[in-house]
Amino acid sequence: MNSFKKNLLKKRYNAERRFQWYGKIAIGLALSFLAVFMFQIFSKGYSAFQKTWIVTEVHYDKELLLIDAESPSKDDLENADYYDVAYKAMTSLDPGLPEEEDRQLIQMVSYKYEAEVKDLLLKNPDYLGKIVPIKLTASDDVDQVHKGNYPRDIPEKNRRVNDYQLQIYDMLNERGDILSEFNISFFTSPDSREAELAGIASSFMGTVFSILVCLAFSFPVAVLAAIYLEEFAPKNKFTDFIEVNINNLAAVPSIVFGLLGLGVLLAVFNLPRSTPLVGGITLSLMTLPTIIIAARASLKAVPPSIREAALAMGASNMQTTMHHTVPLSMPGTLSGTIIGLAQALGETAPLILIGMVAFVNTIPGTPVDPAASLPVQIYIWSESAERGFVEKVSACIMVLLAFLILMNLAAQIVRHKFEKKWS
Amino acid sequence: MNLILVTFIILLAFTSYYFGRKKALVIQSSQRLTALPKFYGYYLAAWCAAPALIIFALWSVFEPSIVKTFILQDYTDQNLTKNELQLIYTKVKALAAGTYTGNITNFLDESANKYIQLKGIANSAKVAIILAILIFSLSFAYRSVQKNDRMREPVEIFLKWVLFVASLGAVLVTIGIVFSLLFEAIRFFQAVKIFDFIFGTHWYPAKTFVRDGQPDPELMKDAFGAVPLFAGTFFIAFIAMCVAIPIGLLSGIYLSEYAGRGVRKYAKPIIEILAGIPTVVYGFFAALTVGPFVKEIGNAMGLEVSAESALAAGAVMGVMIIPFISSLSDDVMTAVPQNLRDGSYAMGATKSETVKKVIFPAALPGIVGSILLAVSRAVGETMIVVMASGLAANLTMNPLESTSTITAQIVVILIGDQQFGDPKTQSAFALGISLFIVTLLLNVIALSVVKKYREKYE
Repeated sequence: MNSFKKNLLKKRYNAERRFQWYGKIAIGLALSFLAVFMFQIFSKGYSAFQKTWIVTEVHYDKELLLIDAESPSKDDLENADYYDVAYKAMTSLDPGLPEEEDRQLIQMVSYKYEAEVKDLLLKNPDYLGKIVPIKLTASDDVDQVHKGNYPRDIPEKNRRVNDYQLQIYDMLNERGDILSEFNISFFTSPDSREAELAGIASSFMGTVFSILVCLAFSFPVAVLAAIYLEEFAPKNKFTDFIEVNINNLAAVPSIVFGLLGLGVLLAVFNLPRSTPLVGGITLSLMTLPTIIIAARASLKAVPPSIREAALAMGASNMQTTMHHTVPLSMPGTLSGTIIGLAQALGETAPLILIGMVAFVNTIPGTPVDPAASLPVQIYIWSESAERGFVEKVSACIMVLLAFLILMNLAAQIVRHKFEKKWS
Repeated sequence: MNLILVTFIILLAFTSYYFGRKKALVIQSSQRLTALPKFYGYYLAAWCAAPALIIFALWSVFEPSIVKTFILQDYTDQNLTKNELQLIYTKVKALAAGTYTGNITNFLDESANKYIQLKGIANSAKVAIILAILIFSLSFAYRSVQKNDRMREPVEIFLKWVLFVASLGAVLVTIGIVFSLLFEAIRFFQAVKIFDFIFGTHWYPAKTFVRDGQPDPELMKDAFGAVPLFAGTFFIAFIAMCVAIPIGLLSGIYLSEYAGRGVRKYAKPIIEILAGIPTVVYGFFAALTVGPFVKEIGNAMGLEVSAESALAAGAVMGVMIIPFISSLSDDVMTAVPQNLRDGSYAMGATKSETVKKVIFPAALPGIVGSILLAVSRAVGETMIVVMASGLAANLTMNPLESTSTITAQIVVILIGDQQFGDPKTQSAFALGISLFIVTLLLNVIALSVVKKYREKYE
C-alpha cells in the first residue's frame, strides 16, 4: 500500500471518528441543557419549602384588648382590639427604640401579624392575661436574608433591609429566635401580593378543576369520534376531510385556541370569565385531537382476529366494537388521554387570554369561581419584581413538574400493566 | 330551571330503560323476542332522551336572539346604531336581573318588564313543548315495543349517528376557530386597510386608544403595520432553528446509526423530556437565567445587549425544539431500508460516509418535513417570547436587541380586560388568523412531504 492511499485511509478514519464525536457532543449538549435547567430550578426553588418565623413574646393584656367581661366569651375574644397587643409584641424586641422608628420593627414581619396574634389567642383562650411566646411570619425581605439569598454587603440605600433591621435580625438569630420550618402555608394558602404569604392553593385548585372539566369534555367526544373513524366510517371524501382536519388541528398553536375561547365561549356564549370552566373547555378543544389520534392508534392495534371471532359468533358490528374492540383498546386510549391532559396541564397562553391571570386571593370551591392555574401562577409570579417571588416561582415549577412526572408515570403504568401483548 | 329540566329528562330516560327491559321480559312469555331485552330498554331510553334534548339545545341556542329582536322592536324608530342597540339591550337585561345601577327611564323600565314577561312565556313554552315531545316520542316508542318490532337495528343506527356526530366535533372546532378569527378580523380590516396591515412597518396599537370617540384614521394607518411582527417571529424562529437543527439532527443521526441499544433506550426518552417541559417554565428560565447571562457575556465583549434579547428567547426555544427534530429524524433514518446501508458498506464506505452520502439523502424529505413541523412549533410558541423577548415591536435583525412576535403581541393586547369593537382588540384576531394560516401551510406541506417519503419505502 503506498503512502498516498495510507494517508487517505487515515483521513477517512479520522473523519469517521470526528463525525461520531459530533453526534456524542450533540447528545451531550441536549442532556446537559436538561441538567443545567433542572439544577437551576432546584437550587433556586428548594428554599421556598422553608418558612422563616420570628419568635417574640406577646402579652395578652385585657386592658389593651379592650375586654371588660370577667370571663370573656368566644365572641368577646373575636371582637377584641388586637392592634396594640400585636404592636407591643413587636416593639418589645427593642424597647429603647424611639416611637417614630417603630415601623422598622413592624416591617420585619408580614402585614398579617395582627391576625396571627389574634389566632393564637382564639386557639388558646387561657392565654388571656399571660405573657406567652409567639411565632410571627417574617417579612419576605427578612426571609430572604435568613436564607442567604439576599446580599448583605450592598450599600444600605439599595437594600430593602436596612442596617438597623439587620442588627435586630442578627440579635434574634443569635438568641435562636429565628425559626425555619417546613412551609405548609405554601400549599394551603392562596395567592397574595406579599411573597411571604403567597401560596399555590388557589392556582392548584384552578388547575385541578380545569383538568377535570377538560377530561369531562374531551374524553367522551374523542373516544366516540375515534370509534367512528376507525370502525364505521365509510371510505369517502368526507371521512378524509375529517381526518385531515384532526391532523391539522393537532398542530394549531395553543394561543389560537385561546382566541377561540375568547371569541366564542366568552363573547358569544357569555360563559363566566376567568373561570376553570372556560379554561377547561378551551383546553379540551386542544386535547381533543391528541386523544382521538391515540385512541385510533390503539383501536388499530387490536388484531382483526378478535373482530372476526366475534362476528363469527353472530355479534353485530356494533356489538363487536363495543364489547370487544373498545375494551381491548382502552389501556392505550387511557394512556394517550393522560398524556394529552399532561400537555393541557402545562398550557399557559390560552388561559391567559380567557382571563385566568386575574389576581385571585380566595381558594375556588367550584369550576365557576375565578381562579388561576399552576402555569399561569408561574407567569404571574415571575412578572413580580419582588425578590421573594423568585424562589416561589421555582418551587411552583417543581410542583408542576412533579405533577407532570406523576401523570406520565401513570400513563406508562396503565400502558404496560393493562395492555395485552398480541404476538 | 334548565338544570331541573335536563335532570328530569335524563332520569326519565333511565326509568324508561328499566321499564323497556321489563316489558321485554313480559313479551317474552307470549312471543319470541326480536333482540336481547336490554335493547328494548335502550330503544325506549333513546327515544325518550334524544328528541327532547335536541329540542332543548336548539331552543336554548335560539331563545336569546329571538327575545332580543322582540325587545329591540320598540327601538327601531329611533335610528340607533348597532352598538347603541346592544347597549340598550344590556341595560334592559341588567335592569331585569336587578343589577342595574344607572338612572332608570320609563322606556327602559317598560322594556325590562317586557323582557321579564317574554322570558316567562319562553320558559313555560319550553317546558310545555318538551313535555309534549316527551309524551309523543315515548308513546310512539312504546307502541313499537308493544308490537315487538325489531329493536336492535334502530338502536345500533342511533348509536352510529351518535358516533358520527362526535366525529364532527373536530370539524366543529376548526369551523369555530376559522369563524371566530375571521369575524373579528374582517371588522378589523374594515377599519384598517389590509394593505397597511401586511406591508406597514410600524406596529404601535396603543397609539390608537382614544377615550370616548373614534380614533383618527391617519393614526390608524400607521399603527397597525405587522411587518415588524412577522419579521420578529421568523427571526426568533430562525435563531431557534440555528440551535435546534445541528444539535437535533446530529443527535438523531447518532441515535439511529451509532448508539447501542442501551444508550438509545435511555437517551431518547430523556431528550424527549425537553419537549414535555411546559413552555412557561422555559420562559422563566430564559428571562431569569439565560437573558442576564447573554447580557453579561455581551457586555464583557463590549457589546450593547438588551436584557430581553431575541438571542436569549431564540436559544431557549431552540433547546425546547431539539427533541422534535432528533426524534423525528431518528425515526425517519431508522426507516431507511437496510439494503441501502449494506450496499454502501460493500463498496468500502465508512459508516459516516454511508450516513452522509446514502442515508441522509435518502431520508432528506422526511427530515425536511420534521424541520418544517419544528418551524411551525417555533412560530406558534408564545410564553417564551412573552417572558423573555421584548414587548415593543422593533424592526431589527440584530439578535442582541429585543424584538416582538405575533404571539407575544396577541397576549399583550388581550391580557386584562378587553373591549370588543375596539380596533386594538380586533387586531389581535387579525394577527391570530395570520398565525393560523402560516402554521397551517407549514403543516400541510410538512405532512405531505413526510407522507410521500413514507410511500416511497413502504
